[in-house]
Amino acid sequence: MESKETTNTTKIKVRHFPLDENPPHHYANWQKGIKSWLTTKDHKRIGIMYLATITLVFLFAGTMAILIRLSLWNPANHIVAAKTYNILFTLHGTMMIFLFLVPGVPTTLGNFFIPMMIGAKDVAFPRLNLASYYIYLTGAIFTVWAIIHGGVDTGWTFYTPYSIQSTTHVLPMTIGIFIIGFSSILTGLNFIVTLHKLRAPGMSWGKLPLFCWGIYATSIIQVLATPVLAITLSLLIMERVLHVGIFNPALGGDPILYQHFFWFYSHPAVYIMIVPGFGIISELIGTFSKKRVFGYWFIAISSLAISFLGFLVWGHHMFVSGQSALASTVFSLITFLIGIPTGIKIFNWLATMYKGSIWLTTPMLYALSFIFLFTIGGITGIMLGALSVDVQLHATYYVVAHFHYVMFGGMLIAFIGGLHYWWPKMTGKMYSETMGKISWFFIFVGFNVTFFPQFILGAKGMPRRYYNYLPQFETLHRTSTVGSWILATGFLIMAGYLIYSLAKGEKAPSNPWGARTLEWMTASPPIHSNFNYIPVVTHEPYDFHRPVSEFQLGLVGSEENGHDGGNGATSPDGGTPVVADESQS
Amino acid sequence: MAQANVATEREAFVQHHFVNAEQQFDTAKLGMWIFLVTEILFFGGLFCSYVVFRTWYPHTFMEASSHLDKLLGGADTVDLICSSVTMALAIHYIQKGNERMTMIMLGITFLFGAAFIGSHAYEWLDEMSHGIYPGKAYAFKGISGSHAYVFFSLYYLMTGLHGIHVLIGMGLMAWLMVKTKRGRFSAKYYTPIEITGLYWHFVDLIWIFLLPLLYLVD
Amino acid sequence: MFNLGKYFLPPAKSTFAHNTDALFNFITNTGALLLLGIVVVMIYFVIKYRRRSDDDVTSLVDHNTTLEIVWTVIPLILVLVIFSWGFKGYYTLFTPPQDSYEINVTAQQWLWKFHYKNGKTTINKLYVPAGRDVKLIMTSKDVIHSLFIPDFRVKHDVLPDKYEELWFNAKKPGHANLFCTQYCGQGHSNMHADVIIESQKKFNAWLKKGANGSSGGNGKPQGMSQAAYGKQLYQKNGCSSCHSTDGSKGVGPSWKGIFGHKVTFKDGSSKTVDENYIRQSILNPGAKVVKGFNNVMPTFQGVLNSDQISAIIAYIKTLK
Repeated sequence: MESKETTNTTKIKVRHFPLDENPPHHYANWQKGIKSWLTTKDHKRIGIMYLATITLVFLFAGTMAILIRLSLWNPANHIVAAKTYNILFTLHGTMMIFLFLVPGVPTTLGNFFIPMMIGAKDVAFPRLNLASYYIYLTGAIFTVWAIIHGGVDTGWTFYTPYSIQSTTHVLPMTIGIFIIGFSSILTGLNFIVTLHKLRAPGMSWGKLPLFCWGIYATSIIQVLATPVLAITLSLLIMERVLHVGIFNPALGGDPILYQHFFWFYSHPAVYIMIVPGFGIISELIGTFSKKRVFGYWFIAISSLAISFLGFLVWGHHMFVSGQSALASTVFSLITFLIGIPTGIKIFNWLATMYKGSIWLTTPMLYALSFIFLFTIGGITGIMLGALSVDVQLHATYYVVAHFHYVMFGGMLIAFIGGLHYWWPKMTGKMYSETMGKISWFFIFVGFNVTFFPQFILGAKGMPRRYYNYLPQFETLHRTSTVGSWILATGFLIMAGYLIYSLAKGEKAPSNPWGARTLEWMTASPPIHSNFNYIPVVTHEPYDFHRPVSEFQLGLVGSEENGHDGGNGATSPDGGTPVVADESQS
Repeated sequence: MAQANVATEREAFVQHHFVNAEQQFDTAKLGMWIFLVTEILFFGGLFCSYVVFRTWYPHTFMEASSHLDKLLGGADTVDLICSSVTMALAIHYIQKGNERMTMIMLGITFLFGAAFIGSHAYEWLDEMSHGIYPGKAYAFKGISGSHAYVFFSLYYLMTGLHGIHVLIGMGLMAWLMVKTKRGRFSAKYYTPIEITGLYWHFVDLIWIFLLPLLYLVD
Repeated sequence: MFNLGKYFLPPAKSTFAHNTDALFNFITNTGALLLLGIVVVMIYFVIKYRRRSDDDVTSLVDHNTTLEIVWTVIPLILVLVIFSWGFKGYYTLFTPPQDSYEINVTAQQWLWKFHYKNGKTTINKLYVPAGRDVKLIMTSKDVIHSLFIPDFRVKHDVLPDKYEELWFNAKKPGHANLFCTQYCGQGHSNMHADVIIESQKKFNAWLKKGANGSSGGNGKPQGMSQAAYGKQLYQKNGCSSCHSTDGSKGVGPSWKGIFGHKVTFKDGSSKTVDENYIRQSILNPGAKVVKGFNNVMPTFQGVLNSDQISAIIAYIKTLK
């Protein structure tokens, strides 16, 4: 009889599970018919449905943007009426933020890949996951209703008292966003529990891919911040319907209180939008430098630091709002502090490239663009955090440029990079690398031509949300508009070659990029149950010096019957499976 | 390694992506705890508004609060605490495999919830008959402070939101009773009852905070 | 000297502006340097360490605590410097000097009213003395607006039911633009005012003129026709924010072709537009509101005198 163990480790037997590149069925075709998609509990199918939906949202909100820039061609705008212009920028902001960027990466790439990266068969609550999608859709329908009936003209920030008196369809729009908020909360909840409870044997927190850390940090923010948005919108709705007098100064309420509530969510929201992007960039730089990501723990912990500090800086949107000088001072100081964990990631990624083996693919081009564009976005954020300078720059085009550099130049660029990185895995097809690079060029150039002039416009005093302007700003505005056309061209090209790849693309191998994270240890596209064994993890996610076969280890005796898996893997004795023992089977 | 006899019994309720029943149970509990944290933040916004307005109009709040029926508020509190006890008992009995007592306890919890809703409906109707409405419709003349309608607006919002949560809880009780009747739960599997219990205790806890803030201001 | 910042900023017309500009320039220049460094390193690495074969072996170095600490501490010091600098400037902006010359401001949808101590009121024209500390005491009649003078580097939100302050000291006589910069509805972009900086002597003279409450600075230039004067008043008193002259519907009815035209009001009655109707609309706009429009027009009682109203009527007559 062995002496009593002092640790709670269990010895387990593992073996290599060779990868079947061509299983007879995969997740998208093992069950056919639209009903099988609409009632699916498969995280991968749900991810694809979200991807299709938010692409439509992006198309719509992007068209709003093109129209906005078009109507700013002339200083004295006669292309659209003032009210129409105000509706255009409100819809553009609302849809881009609440319906595209906030759900964005977590519901698409997150849903598809988090379970795979941790060696699980699904998320913790698959039915809740599907419910989240339908909740999102329901909220989206309310917003579509509002749009069809003439839209909203309050700006995406819905500041009171104007949002109380506006005659546009504020109610269905805010109800829609309220509902979508629940989708966001449930998605975050699902990921937190998944990452805590469903990691494969051997997958300790220190072996998680950095994309998982990014989603984890994001989910924490989603869960804590979104309920505050929910109550803010509820109170706004109550104010409009029942005139409760909380935000309306005419009834003894306080419009600044509204701003505090609103930004208490909306500032963390911007971190919900960007932190998954950081996760993606870590994956891209690691894989395409064929090197361990430098400072793994600094990057992981800095994401959590950003989640925490992000809740303490909301007042930097309100330096000239009438809040006290003391409050402004505190918010400014913490804003600078949050710049540090954000900034050091850039250095870590560059250090990852040092003495690496760099492969300049389309995803890598996007990752490098992110470093450039996000640095500009970050530095201009520091600029806005400086109290005296913010007095000049607040509510001008400088702010518009700043947030487009971080949201678009940062988050969207990272999203596109991730989409191209994981496209072969999700679809089983390769896209044209040449077209990818051409489209990248249009997007990169178009983006800078559109938004860089806006820094100058803003610093010179051009206010935001203006539908006409003084003639001296004409050249800069026109340059920006031309940039938007270059951008649009880039996106059209991208849509073209991606759709083409679905029909005529070359079949993708399981691991076209030579990565080491678990999602690449499956066929492209993967089978329904991701793995037909229980994976066991013995190495770190960026150990490129180890052969791929060492990442295809699994528990002896955990094989599933058949490839359309899901009749339940047989399992060991329970307890806490931890130590992997590469003994003979 | 796998025990075949245990495996067949587990198969039915252990979902395919879980290794075993214990993992599934732990996961469900963690999920419900995180959900309750979001609820704290949701109610938190209302509590925060309350604090702000009470700081600005302390005397009006005191006066307005005195117009609420403390006795009824107290009875509601006892009612919800009892319902939490019966909920805990429901879990206790199902852990013992006693489906009949579980049904009874769930039923009594449901009734306590219904009594709470009934008492609130009565209270609201009574206030409205005196002209105490939320917001602009407020027409009660009996309070001297000029911003009494803010107190009552918050009162209706907070008790209303809480009431919605009680109604949802009652719906969950009914659903659990149906499933218990159909034999879906046993000593080995009662996760939905456990996590509904967590939710119900939370709803009770929120009321414990609402009571002094609304009824006991002086 | 390498100074990118100067391409971004407008002329510095207040005594404080150089302070904001110095910090702006510092951050812009330092930021540009940092960006340049990052780009150079990135391009250098991409070229030097490009993949030569699929079997490339890369370095296993994956952390360096000293380096991590260095590149955390140096930025931290930098941002703390920037924070203190910004805070100092903000504190100055937040603290109007003791003997500032006070002007009251009312913002409303969609124009600015400036009230001087002697009773004089102007619309969309802020006259200030040069070389003197000026304090604006501001409130809004309806929603949140924000007063922004880029050349002075000042801005503050203007709130309903509250007074907010900002101050500046304009160095020399000249002109500056004043914008509303908190989105406030349809006419937000039209809430433009002119800041006219006069020498103390000229300012005093201007102030004395028409101190009984009617608008100065609106005086008819010599030799200008009534209708042309009316057009100038139309452009400078906020009328153009809401009334077009080309027939397009704005917040208020277009002036094109209205004279002699029959209009129907909200209460069902109707009238042919004549001189009296226009005069009533300017002095008591809520009395008769045209059907299809809302009762949002402010009164110009005490702002436009009889002659000015007549000039506007003359202008409207020319808009066929």
